[in-house]
Amino acid sequence: MSLVSLRNVVKRFGAHEVLKGITLSIEEGETVAVIGRSGSGKSTLLRCLNALEAVQEGEMTVAGIAVTSPDADLNRLRARVGMVFQSYNLFPHLTVERNVKLALKLVRKMSDAQAAQVARAMVGKVGLADKLQAYPDELSGGQQQRVAIARSLAMQPSMMLFDEITSALDPELVGEVLRVLEELAREGMTMMLVTHEMNFARNVADRVIFMHDGRIHEDGPSQEILRDPQTPELKAFLAAVLH
Amino acid sequence: MIRDFALADFGFLLMAARWTVLLSLAAALGGGVLGLAIAVLRIVPVAPLNWFAIGYINLIQGTPLLGQLFVLFFGLPLFGLSVDAWTAAVVALSLYSSAFLGEIWRGSLQAVPQRQWEAGAALGLTYRQRFSHVVLPQAVRISVAPTVGFLVQIVKNTSLTALIGFVELTRASQIMTAATFAPLTVYLAAAAIYFVLCFSLSWASQVLERRLHVAR
Ligand SMILES: Nc1ncnc2c1ncn2[C@@H]1O[C@H](COP(=O)(O)OP(=O)(O)OP(=O)(O)O)[C@@H](O)[C@H]1O
Ligand SMILES: [Mg+2]
Repeated sequence: MSLVSLRNVVKRFGAHEVLKGITLSIEEGETVAVIGRSGSGKSTLLRCLNALEAVQEGEMTVAGIAVTSPDADLNRLRARVGMVFQSYNLFPHLTVERNVKLALKLVRKMSDAQAAQVARAMVGKVGLADKLQAYPDELSGGQQQRVAIARSLAMQPSMMLFDEITSALDPELVGEVLRVLEELAREGMTMMLVTHEMNFARNVADRVIFMHDGRIHEDGPSQEILRDPQTPELKAFLAAVLH
Repeated sequence: MIRDFALADFGFLLMAARWTVLLSLAAALGGGVLGLAIAVLRIVPVAPLNWFAIGYINLIQGTPLLGQLFVLFFGLPLFGLSVDAWTAAVVALSLYSSAFLGEIWRGSLQAVPQRQWEAGAALGLTYRQRFSHVVLPQAVRISVAPTVGFLVQIVKNTSLTALIGFVELTRASQIMTAATFAPLTVYLAAAAIYFVLCFSLSWASQVLERRLHVAR
């Protein structure tokens, strides 16, 4: 069965329909880039996948959990689906190590020693082993974002969601974060990422989804979609972002 | 009868300052517990409880502390409930503190960005875990400075209890002035003691803030 499967999912904020019937499957190991104009519903789609937003209609199964069923265990879902935000959202009162250990101990019920071992390994993986005892405000934006990725990966999620995670970074810090994502894609992590980096989408993602006005407007292999857009909306969007 | 202000008299002021400290502590403790309850009543999604808390806060914040002291000390005996000066002082200062501390703490909780709740949720933490491990510790850090700032006000406001005859630092200074007829010396000494008390609090708050890694 697909890792993610959505059928006719509708999301409204009050009367405002933001997702207008999304049907979508994602298989294990896929790297899916989500592109589209501002306000097209990209973030909302990601936030629905780990139930940070509730949907009003349709059916949705993610990582083996029927999210739309009334008795779904949402905290269990979120422990299986990692998410990294544009604004890093590290816990400012905790060191890097304790940021990573927190959910391992509370959710995964690891001992402090086990959690510390995982934290060391994960923070090392994103190249920040020497920053374990630093506080978030002592790190650059790129470093904070890498810690946020490590914190999420430490939970051994079945898939990862990334929402414009390089958009708040100074240009010279974008590369170090994208390299971590590339490495993850190579390792076969299932991921869905909202991005404005078209080169990254083309070279690293297997598949591109173009969102337009709350719908999936085009969906296909990244090289094809970006080289040969079928709809005028995607043509216009690509022309605008690639100037 | 009239004599000079001597070292022994300074000792007398210090002994009285003990009551200023004890009263402040009692008010901080009583006001803290009540204030926590007020903050919770103000936040829980139950409208009547919110209204009650808002009404209470407005009533207490909208009337002078001295008036509250008088009502408790002189008003209750009219209904056959006599209270001594210490009890009236502790109760009035606790009620007064609770309204302000409650608001300070509610503000601190709400000052923690929504994103922090979400970051906790995205890691699979339960609502209570998000509250106690992510939001509350940050709210506590945010609240240190305003809380201590308010406690400094409380230390100074204990002087109002002199007006219902409670012998703390200010009342003791009045007594001492009557005995020595040296008001300037006596009140300067009292002011110095107040200053040391309040300054220690502010200094402790700054140390605490540094230790706690208050988010900038
Ligand atoms: N919490 C909310 N309450 C009400 N409306 C919302 C909320 N979140 C998003 N919206 C609306 O939903 C629509 C889609 O927003 P969304 O954030 O998903 O867009 P996006 O494609 O991620 O855009 P961007 O590229 O600017 O991040 C927008 O019109 C937005 O105003
Ligand atoms: Mg967005």
